[in-house]
Amino acid sequence: MTLRPARILLYAILGLFCLYYLLPLYVMLVNSVKPLQEITSGGMMELPQVWTLAPWHNAWSQAQVGVEATGLKPYFLNSLLMVVPAVTIATVLGALNGYVLTKWRFRGDTILFGLMLFGCFIPFQIVLIPMARSLGFLNLSGTVGGLIFVHVVYGISFSTLYFRNYYSAFPTELVRAAEIDGAGFFTIFWRILVPNSGPIAVVCVIWLFTNIWNDFLFGASFSDFSSQPMTVALNNLVQSSTGEKEYNVHFAGAIMAALPTLFVYIVAGRFFVRGLMSGSVKG
Amino acid sequence: MAAHPAPSARARLRVLLPRLVLSPSLALVAFFVYGFIAFTTYLSFSDSKMLPSYGWVGFQNYETLFSLRMWDIAVTNLAIFGILYIVICSFLGLMLAILLDQHIRAEGFIRTVYLYPMALSFIVTGVAWKWFLDPGIGLEAVMHDWGWTSFEFRWIKDRDMAIYTIVIAAVWQTSGFVMATFLAGLRGIDSEMLKAARVDGAGTFAVYRRIVIPQLRPAFLSAFVVLAHMAIKSYDLVVALTNGGPGNATAVPSTFMYSYTFTRNQMGIGAASAEIMLLTIAAVIIPYLWSELKEDKR
Amino acid sequence: MTQAFLNIDKVTKAYGAVQVLNETNIAVQKGEFLVLVGPSGCGKSTLLNMIAGLENITSGEVSIDGRVVNDVPPADRNIAMVFQSYALYPNMTVRGNISFSMEMHKVPKPEREAKIAQVAELLQITHLLDRKPGQLSGGQRQRVAMGRALTRDPAVFLFDEPLSNLDAKLRVDMRTEIKKLHQKLGTTIVYVTHDQVEALTLSTRIAVMFGGDVQQLGTPEEVYNNPANMFVAGFMGSPAMNLFPAELIELNGAVGVKVVTAGGFITLPFPHGAHLTDQIGREIVLGVRPESMTDPESADHDSHCLEHVDLPVELVETTGADSFVTILLGGKECIGRFRGKSTATAGQLTHVTFDMTRAVAFDPKTEQRLA
Repeated sequence: MTLRPARILLYAILGLFCLYYLLPLYVMLVNSVKPLQEITSGGMMELPQVWTLAPWHNAWSQAQVGVEATGLKPYFLNSLLMVVPAVTIATVLGALNGYVLTKWRFRGDTILFGLMLFGCFIPFQIVLIPMARSLGFLNLSGTVGGLIFVHVVYGISFSTLYFRNYYSAFPTELVRAAEIDGAGFFTIFWRILVPNSGPIAVVCVIWLFTNIWNDFLFGASFSDFSSQPMTVALNNLVQSSTGEKEYNVHFAGAIMAALPTLFVYIVAGRFFVRGLMSGSVKG
Repeated sequence: MAAHPAPSARARLRVLLPRLVLSPSLALVAFFVYGFIAFTTYLSFSDSKMLPSYGWVGFQNYETLFSLRMWDIAVTNLAIFGILYIVICSFLGLMLAILLDQHIRAEGFIRTVYLYPMALSFIVTGVAWKWFLDPGIGLEAVMHDWGWTSFEFRWIKDRDMAIYTIVIAAVWQTSGFVMATFLAGLRGIDSEMLKAARVDGAGTFAVYRRIVIPQLRPAFLSAFVVLAHMAIKSYDLVVALTNGGPGNATAVPSTFMYSYTFTRNQMGIGAASAEIMLLTIAAVIIPYLWSELKEDKR
Repeated sequence: MTQAFLNIDKVTKAYGAVQVLNETNIAVQKGEFLVLVGPSGCGKSTLLNMIAGLENITSGEVSIDGRVVNDVPPADRNIAMVFQSYALYPNMTVRGNISFSMEMHKVPKPEREAKIAQVAELLQITHLLDRKPGQLSGGQRQRVAMGRALTRDPAVFLFDEPLSNLDAKLRVDMRTEIKKLHQKLGTTIVYVTHDQVEALTLSTRIAVMFGGDVQQLGTPEEVYNNPANMFVAGFMGSPAMNLFPAELIELNGAVGVKVVTAGGFITLPFPHGAHLTDQIGREIVLGVRPESMTDPESADHDSHCLEHVDLPVELVETTGADSFVTILLGGKECIGRFRGKSTATAGQLTHVTFDMTRAVAFDPKTEQRLA
């Protein structure tokens, strides 16, 4: 093949970029399992001379995050407690909305959808002040419940977008046939739409899970020490100016914060990519 | 004639139920998106300091805002960051997509590697790059350790250069996504047309330049919209990587808003800055949504 | 006035300012097989959907078995519908698909099982009951869709282009099956299609629709032999009825027509036009079916008005059983249906026999039937 040298160059470039994308992950991984002085003495890129899990242990249950030396464990749990209900509620609502907006259309529904969709794109700074007030009003300030509420409110736009795009490709004749067969609004949804929604439900759940788990702004704005999510705790750990910087602990903590979403990405990458692509409105 | 009964309860329900189901979500969006936008808009014209206050001060907050040096820095930074971020991501994404589209072995694996940063929190990305770029332990220290003692790379500590470290980390995180967008666009192009072009005598380069890339317009558009709105909203990465520093050197509108509203007790000015952010995003998003949805209307 | 079983009374449909169905009246008797036929956009599917309750009725009334159903939801109209795409629920087995409607109507399980078995037997799909729709061929899906509709014992059966997704051969087979099914069950059927052959073969009555209006409502014979206007004449039958300009003349003391040909003109008697003696000299559009314009051997010798003429042939297309011979009449290319072994040759004269008892005339301006 005459293209041989060109192919080699091609693979070389692609390989180089693999290294580029993997580099930070490598740095985090190797430095999370080596003693601190190996890092501070300029050995960041090297494999550990002494392997140790102490930084992980430290980050998980001992490190000073905020006022108490609790490690990241309670915050990891906070994130889980926040993510699971928020994702569930937003997905269910999104599925119902998508169903109405595609199978029970009415005059003006596209405009309503457009108005909902705009909620995906607003800079959340615009809602921080009134939301802080409202959560106080609802007695949800500084609680995991408050964060769940906020994430549901601003997650609906996304889940509605996903389900609307998916259901608009779902044959409306099926819904009409079911109607003639005597099925009502919810029966049709439950018996006809839901059993055929597997892929988009996965896409939507992954997207919401990733977004809500990774959120920082709402967590930083609306939580207190008892309800902080993982991202906020990690940032506090890394930014804290007291004492010596324990880089290895920081890296271990960062990997912990990344693990759930990374796990989802590895297991269901295909759906993750589809979720990203659905950023275009028509899907 | 046949009797004409009034619509049954069931018939009425058939019309009403869908709207009933939609209405809680609509109410939430109406209140928590549009109501809150209205509230913040009002605050931006008020004399709010630490707490919301409702004294009308007209455009005073905006005047103050535009005279602030920190806002000036924030806007300049956003411009630098936004432009570089969008341009580099698009270029890199397109290039990688085209390279990956050459029937590459292990394409799936490579794609996975390019895209995984998108699954990470910006805080995680920030931590990784913060220490990697830190001259004390990161790249510079490593180079010194390896014997290149004159090597210097301390952008993250440099007032003039720190903003570019944010570009580096953000591009690392998102370029894989842009690659995936373009790759999907490439895969959507009719392969018979490409065959026709080859029969017409076009070489690989000409095929891409004349036929493929012009057809990627929708992919460019959606990549642009996503990147632009991510750039304007980016907050976490700046906080984690530089926390706006050194000094205020990497302040952007989002960090500006946060610090004026919640730490400097200048809520009116904070609200005004949020307003500017919203308008900037709206200028990009509304035309996009409009063009995407208008064929759908009925 | 006796109330029809399915009565469509002054029904219209408009989307905003766009009227897609003008005031329409159709009375369907019990057991009738009504076909709504027309080109796409003629309003036939809209009308069907309004009967089903899937679209709102803008004005007018639809009643089924004496009950106005305008505001009755589809499920309560006692109808069943077969969709163009079959609309089988992909997540359910064939059995699940067929039983779904009965489930919704709270039919007890043993009764459901019995009905499924009976319907499956009738449509010969018993061996498919545990498959999913995705595993079925087009014809099998079609049967399942009909089976699903049959379980309802509906007052009215609605078919929306049910055969258009099948290939040509299967379409003919299924057409026969539907016809048999109707004869066996005697249910009232409203059937939408754009295929005029389906309309002619299946129906007991046809409504030919165009531009939101019923152009003609009648038995297949009426619609075929006595088209009400030029649209119906041109739409029904294949090849279509030849429509060409002619002039009414007096011929041997009766009404005749004069037609310009490639070489000059011919005159033919026009028995249908006997009452038009006061309109001698006016321009008309004459309609002659291809089979009424044939070689002398193929002509219908029971007809009392056969006219033999020699005309130049433009083109001959042979299909085996028939030869379609193109002849210029009144400046239009007209097609005659000749025997397969006809000797007509392009560029030469041939004997053409017109069956003038079958010729009809239209007003060139209003396009309505004159005679």
